[in-house]
Amino acid sequence: MEGFLANVLNGLSWGMLLFLISMGLTTVFGVMGVLNFAHGSLFMLGAYLCMQFVRWVGSFWVGLLLGPPLVAVLSVLLERFLLRPLYGRDVSFQLLLTFGVMLFLDDGVRLIWGAAYHVVNPPQILSGVIPLFSQTYPVYRLFLVILGPLVGIALWVFFAFTRWGKILRAAAMDRQMAEIVGVRVPLLFTAVFAFGAWLAALGGALAAPHQSVGPAMGERIIIESFIVVVIGGMGSFPGAFVGALILGFLNSFGTTLMPDVQMALPYILLSVVLLTRPRGIFGEEG
Amino acid sequence: MSGPSILEVRNLSRSFGKFQALRDVSLAIEKGRLCALIGPNGAGKTTFYNVVSGRYRPTSGRVFFEGQDISRTPTHRLAAMGLLRSFQVTNIFPALTVLENILTPLVVHHGRSYAFIGAIRKRRELAEEAEQILQRVGLTGQSQRMVSTLAYGDKRLIEIAIVLARRPQLVLLDEPTAGMNPEETDRMIRLIQELSQKSDTTFFVTEHDMKVVFSMAERIFVLNQGSLLAEGTPAEIRANAEVKRAYLGGSLDAAR
Amino acid sequence: MSALSRRPWIAGLVLVAALLAAPFVLSMYGVIILTEILTMSLFAMSFNLLFGYTGLLSFGQAGFFGAGGYFAVLTLLHGPQSLWAALAAAMLGSALLALAIGWFCVRLDEIYFAILTLGFGMMLFTVAHNWRSVTGGSDGLGSFSIPELSLFGAQLTLFNPKNFYFLVLFVVVLGVLLLLRVVGSPFGLLLKATRENSNRVAFVGANVRSVRLFAFVVAGALAGVGGALFALFNRIASPEMLHWAFSGKAVLMTILGGSGVFLGPAVGAAIFFVLEHVITAFTTNWMIFLGAILVVLVLLFPKGVLGSALDLAGRSRRGRNP
Repeated sequence: MEGFLANVLNGLSWGMLLFLISMGLTTVFGVMGVLNFAHGSLFMLGAYLCMQFVRWVGSFWVGLLLGPPLVAVLSVLLERFLLRPLYGRDVSFQLLLTFGVMLFLDDGVRLIWGAAYHVVNPPQILSGVIPLFSQTYPVYRLFLVILGPLVGIALWVFFAFTRWGKILRAAAMDRQMAEIVGVRVPLLFTAVFAFGAWLAALGGALAAPHQSVGPAMGERIIIESFIVVVIGGMGSFPGAFVGALILGFLNSFGTTLMPDVQMALPYILLSVVLLTRPRGIFGEEG
Repeated sequence: MSGPSILEVRNLSRSFGKFQALRDVSLAIEKGRLCALIGPNGAGKTTFYNVVSGRYRPTSGRVFFEGQDISRTPTHRLAAMGLLRSFQVTNIFPALTVLENILTPLVVHHGRSYAFIGAIRKRRELAEEAEQILQRVGLTGQSQRMVSTLAYGDKRLIEIAIVLARRPQLVLLDEPTAGMNPEETDRMIRLIQELSQKSDTTFFVTEHDMKVVFSMAERIFVLNQGSLLAEGTPAEIRANAEVKRAYLGGSLDAAR
Repeated sequence: MSALSRRPWIAGLVLVAALLAAPFVLSMYGVIILTEILTMSLFAMSFNLLFGYTGLLSFGQAGFFGAGGYFAVLTLLHGPQSLWAALAAAMLGSALLALAIGWFCVRLDEIYFAILTLGFGMMLFTVAHNWRSVTGGSDGLGSFSIPELSLFGAQLTLFNPKNFYFLVLFVVVLGVLLLLRVVGSPFGLLLKATRENSNRVAFVGANVRSVRLFAFVVAGALAGVGGALFALFNRIASPEMLHWAFSGKAVLMTILGGSGVFLGPAVGAAIFFVLEHVITAFTTNWMIFLGAILVVLVLLFPKGVLGSALDLAGRSRRGRNP
């Protein structure tokens, strides 16, 4: 029973982190049609910056607050100068460009902070463990489990009920029409990209106390978030939520129950979805 | 109808969700007759072509080609059977040369799709055949040019040449004169008439330009809001009050 | 110059002659680098059959590359002690894998194709990484001996890098000739047409899926041969050879050299290795440079180094492909 509960909670906490990152990826894809290979690197940057702030100021909350906006600023530069020139071109080139950016950032992180792994401790109030049945469970992970859905709901409210949210959704559905009614699409794209980057970096900062911070973080998470987005449906929030949860559980239960196959499970699921329902669980007919 | 029908459509309907694009259309095209399909915007002409050419399946009803039921036949097999289609929005191979654009359907036509051991002699034969087809549509001396550099009118000629490469029995021409100036339009009309008279191919043309339709069609079918409104000779159609109403009396009078 | 454009095979002959002479001119180290370049060229060119010619971006070609390596090593470990048998096993095994996987992948387009190939490639990676009993797990398969090569009556030991180089050169040239055949054939024309307008290709009567699958199998088979050479050269078949990051290398080399030119990926492979050699001399963070170069290429020189160079020389159509 304890093992089961631990697996559930682990699946949930990892799933919520994945959800945060995938939300950014799926929004960028839904509105701009760009699949950002460098998204995982932005996540990783968020983690590293948080770690750096902890070193400088000693406060996790400062890192959480200041790190992601910095990454967002970087992403604005990326979008404006590197990605924008490619919008008319073949989708493959956009993918290749973000692939190049990923290589650059992943190694850049190594250059600045070295190749070693670092540990970031959770802030005082969220550290330690609480008793759960006859075992103990880290408080921080519970925090993640609660935070994830909260952020998700906040974003859902934003997209469903606020003016900006509606504009974004409209632009996602029909770019040309949005332009005709006066939406400045290039500016919108930059804003969406920055938003996606902010979310990714936020996920990274939150992930820092959850797992060790190291240069391979980005590479690992980008594939998992790709899978989440594809399974859930490109551009869909509920899809990202469900997809992230599925992957989180595959991760936790898979490692316990079928360790040899566990690594392949997300890819198997990805393939099944792509071949039977390519638009994803919640995706719309392309 | 006096001769054998090459294309026959029975109670054809096609819906997209709640929208019914084609309702219970029945018609037959006689072999060798240059026929035309007309109708106001949104009448369902392109949908009709899409269903007949295998892109969509009928929601109900059937399509017969030379007596065979092709309602569920996939597109690529229809081409092998002799049913080809051209496109309103030019749909050619941009980064290939003029010659390569024609060679492609030729290669498929001669069943050499997977030929690796392409003997030089065979290739020369194919190239010659491609040149002949280009000559027939009036595009000579441009074989090595990249098709993307051609003038619009010439691209439309490639559009037709691709179809002719497969020596089709039936060709669905979707607005062949779309976007053309009067001179190019006349050229196209003459070309289609010539091809229709001199070859075994049956041409079924859909057009917006009434002048084009009335100058070459032997039989006209009128679609309106998905249903077949009328069919007959050009004179009969011109005199048809319902057809006039459907067009709000505009473009038909202009064709006089 | 004009004589060259009328007979492009002269350039090919010159190139092969140069490659034959290379070991007698270069140092041992140079020969080793050249061997690596040749092997990766085969891999990258097989990738480009799909990307440049058919318009299919596959992020899973490393799966076939690595599988070929494992098939070759497994043959030497458990089967006949023959190099040709090992290479044949690699080619056949990878071809069959590509047939099975490709059957699924060609059903999808564009980005979905890229993602699915990535997925299948990683599934193969998992098999190589976890199936300890057969593949040696994360340690890979080493400890096999490379048999001597019997060629034209002579027994050549492959411990000598020069001999190994000639073996690789021989196999790679064969592979390239096969690719040349495919690309210049009517089937090659169909591939290009499919890249340009797959919709229209269906409308003129070709089965697009079959065409793509055929290309996928050829690409997989050649990647497998490349992987066999790679594994034999490095004396080990390891799971990294199947990882999507390794697929990325083929992509990089192709973009570097130019996907629109037949030999583009080979030139890209050469540039890649030279760059790596030069840059790692003064820093370990050479991926930063590679990433930056890729970004610059995609933005400013999408035709790659060779493609852009040929463009400049005013021979863009001739260089486009045979």
